[in-house]
Amino acid sequence: MMHEPLLFDQGSQGRRGCTLPECDVPELKPERLLPRKLLRHDIPDFPELSEVEVVRHFTRLSQWNYGVDTGFYPLGSCTMKYNPKINEEVWRLPGFSCVHPYQPEGLIQGALELMYELEQFLAEVSGMDRVSLQPAAGAQGEILGMMLIRAYLESKGSPRKRVLVPDSAHGTNPASSAICGYEVRQIKSGSNGRLDPKAVSDAMDEDVAAIMVTNPNTLGLFEDQIAEIAKIVHAKGGQVYCDGANLNAIIGISRPGDTGIDVLHFNLHKTFAVPHGGGGPGAGPVGLKAHLTPFMPVPVIEKKGKRFVLNNDLPSSVGKVRAFYGNSAALVRAYAYIRSLGPSGLRRVAEVAVINANYIMNQLKDHYHLPYDKFCKHECVFSDARQLRYGVQTLDIAKRLMDYGFHPPTIYFPLIVRGAMMIEPTETESKETLDRFIAAMKRIAEEAERDPELVRSAPHKTKVSRLDEVKAARQPNLRWKGKTSKEKSGS
Amino acid sequence: MEYIPNTEADCRAMLDAIGVRSSDELFSDIPSKLKLKRGLNLAPPLSETGLRKHMKELAGKNADVDQYSSFLGAGAYNHFIPAAVSHLVFRSEFYTAYTPYQPELSQGTLQAIYEYQTLICQLTGMEVANASMYDGSSALAEAVLMAHRINGRREVVLPMAIHPEYRTVSHTYVSKLGLHLHEVPYTDQGTTDLKKVKAALSDRTCAVVVQSPNFFGVLESLDELAETAHRVGALLIVAVAEPVSFGIVRSPGECGADIVAGEGQAFGNHLNFGGPYLGFFASKDAYLRSMPGRLVGQTEDKVGRVGYVLTLCTREQHIRREKATSNICTNEGLCALAATVHLSLLGRAGLRELALLNLRKTAYAKEAISKLRGYELPFAGPTFNEFVVRVKRRTPSQVNRTLLAKGIIGGVELGRFYPELSDCLLLCVTEQNSREEIDALCKAMGGGR
Repeated sequence: MMHEPLLFDQGSQGRRGCTLPECDVPELKPERLLPRKLLRHDIPDFPELSEVEVVRHFTRLSQWNYGVDTGFYPLGSCTMKYNPKINEEVWRLPGFSCVHPYQPEGLIQGALELMYELEQFLAEVSGMDRVSLQPAAGAQGEILGMMLIRAYLESKGSPRKRVLVPDSAHGTNPASSAICGYEVRQIKSGSNGRLDPKAVSDAMDEDVAAIMVTNPNTLGLFEDQIAEIAKIVHAKGGQVYCDGANLNAIIGISRPGDTGIDVLHFNLHKTFAVPHGGGGPGAGPVGLKAHLTPFMPVPVIEKKGKRFVLNNDLPSSVGKVRAFYGNSAALVRAYAYIRSLGPSGLRRVAEVAVINANYIMNQLKDHYHLPYDKFCKHECVFSDARQLRYGVQTLDIAKRLMDYGFHPPTIYFPLIVRGAMMIEPTETESKETLDRFIAAMKRIAEEAERDPELVRSAPHKTKVSRLDEVKAARQPNLRWKGKTSKEKSGS
Repeated sequence: MEYIPNTEADCRAMLDAIGVRSSDELFSDIPSKLKLKRGLNLAPPLSETGLRKHMKELAGKNADVDQYSSFLGAGAYNHFIPAAVSHLVFRSEFYTAYTPYQPELSQGTLQAIYEYQTLICQLTGMEVANASMYDGSSALAEAVLMAHRINGRREVVLPMAIHPEYRTVSHTYVSKLGLHLHEVPYTDQGTTDLKKVKAALSDRTCAVVVQSPNFFGVLESLDELAETAHRVGALLIVAVAEPVSFGIVRSPGECGADIVAGEGQAFGNHLNFGGPYLGFFASKDAYLRSMPGRLVGQTEDKVGRVGYVLTLCTREQHIRREKATSNICTNEGLCALAATVHLSLLGRAGLRELALLNLRKTAYAKEAISKLRGYELPFAGPTFNEFVVRVKRRTPSQVNRTLLAKGIIGGVELGRFYPELSDCLLLCVTEQNSREEIDALCKAMGGGR
């Protein structure tokens, strides 16, 4: 496959890729407008390319990317579902995309109405009382959620010291607690892969501020004791935070707010079909129960008669976690998604996501080790235990899947399963796609036995094969260093 | 409207294969008392046509900067976006991809981020840049946290001339870690008061933060601030809200900055009613291992082909999770891509020309407004594309209302952030404002005189 040189190794001096509006005011010399010591005269080595060069460069790069539109992308916990095209059309309407955040309220009534309604929708779906749309990502939602809990407990006299986090939690949960000044105590999951109320009860005391649970959890299992756990935590004055990353599996079927949850974050790029964008932007709104509303970030959107207004007057607010109001373009897409599906469509999402996941689990469990053989929710977790005896590991299986045209599942997560493969098909894949994936996985299990080297040396059909990550970390090369230094190194 | 391919018959076949009678059985692990016994209380589904119509109606209730001439800036800038940017960013191979955890299938995203990191280093004059952050305000907050990781000190100098929302976000992020933020005032030039900065410094100072151009549009003397901060062993963090200024103004790196954190929306990203935006983040090589966020590195595969991977990931939540001081696990990939494409199109000459256009048009507007009766420019410091105007005899909101009646969205009323400037407006002029528009603004402000 073709190699695409870096931007900096292309083009020619004097080329440019766009024209700017004409200068229709006096063309004063910069020295007349700014003090000399502030002036910059050039940026050496900055790109000099024509439009067609730029277009071809990035079009070629795009062709080396695998996306949901390219094929099946069963990344567990990431919920890579199809991104409806109409949503991409509507957020680009100038009435949404070309609106300044500081426009007077009278000129942003549509944006505020959309946000106000989206808050109601998300509250209804989750069983929470209010929702802050401000966080830019799930991880930022976690920080905000923990800050709300801290502010609430402070108002009761003490922020407390510790947060309980199950060993199956998302990687960011402990870090989010740490940023809010908490130490983290890990809780072991029970042998059935679920949280044991007794373990929570043993760890729970008056120094514990909160427990952070993920439900359904990262093994794809519903925490069936969640209501009892919430009671235990509440009895000692603690709060229950729910990582809502896996809401896709229960939407319309069970609401976290009805199970004793006090705070929860949504990942709009998971459950609500906002594209992941190669790593962002998404959005991570936070739902909360009424007792936490005084601490919400400002501004909050309110309705006065027929008008929507921004209220900044919340004296106990935790402040803000980002400038302006949130990732509005993501909010527009999530809103459009909810409006297009309606109540029955959203429930159907969960049903089919769960059918698809259980189908894959059922079809593969004779070929791969299944540590928890129970009905799963939206994702199922296998391990490489059977293939290891032939010297084939999870990473090898993942890489070999690429040769069959599939993006690998999430691997080595959750940490409590050794050599984990976490498969989440979502509801937007057809049975035929699932069958092709299942067939490929079975073939790889056979290959692992018959020709393990073939699997260990995969992928064979991609643009590059396994990359030297050790070299990347030991001798970091994080930017192009300029023509001079490149000549020096002789490359 | 649904996006589910499987029919009832497909589902039936799968349920049979699983060995259950109905999908209800698959939910039997959820205790019945935790199940929702009713349908969700949401509006009924819309068809694609119905949805498009509804969304157009909502969008129609907002004014957009295509319809009005707008002079709003303050951290969100209306700049020209070449058509090629949207076309490339809307290639679904980019926008429907995930975090590049499997580099063999993500070379497009990874190479683009590597190029983005290079461009940010070139713009800021710094040695290393990450793959982007949520937005300028949270990037600045993360910069403060990083400075604290580097030297362990707890006092931060945070001038009032920094974007008020950026300051609020920093407060929110660091207050739980026992860091103290000292606000210092601005001078009658509109710049940060260097004397007050010096007075606030001690051997406990972790970092001096400064924004340039600052919230009032005025350029700060970064050299002096860097020297002052370094003298007590503190770091200089430079915040940037309008990076187009990099085309004509000396880079923070040249002036001695240790960390640069800013907002990249101006490059290829729409106003979007405030988000998503693009936080950029750069520092000196020496601090690489304290840096938050993702990094992409160049390496090679087993046969020596050049390739790109996420690297140095072990710094944060992946190990010692409880000790982590940043929980960032994402970047604003698509926004960073838009900026990369945009900057590639502008190129070496275009970026300079763009910056000059902004500078010249703003100078023209400033000059014209300074001659109007009833207005004055309170700050004499040098500006890039924003400036403060004091309104005499009327209130800023009266002026804005007059302007709006003529189809002009005026400036930010500074009273909402600075009570002492409640008679002031912050105006921004970019290449999108024609001379005709600027003249119309002046005419309307002058009340037709």
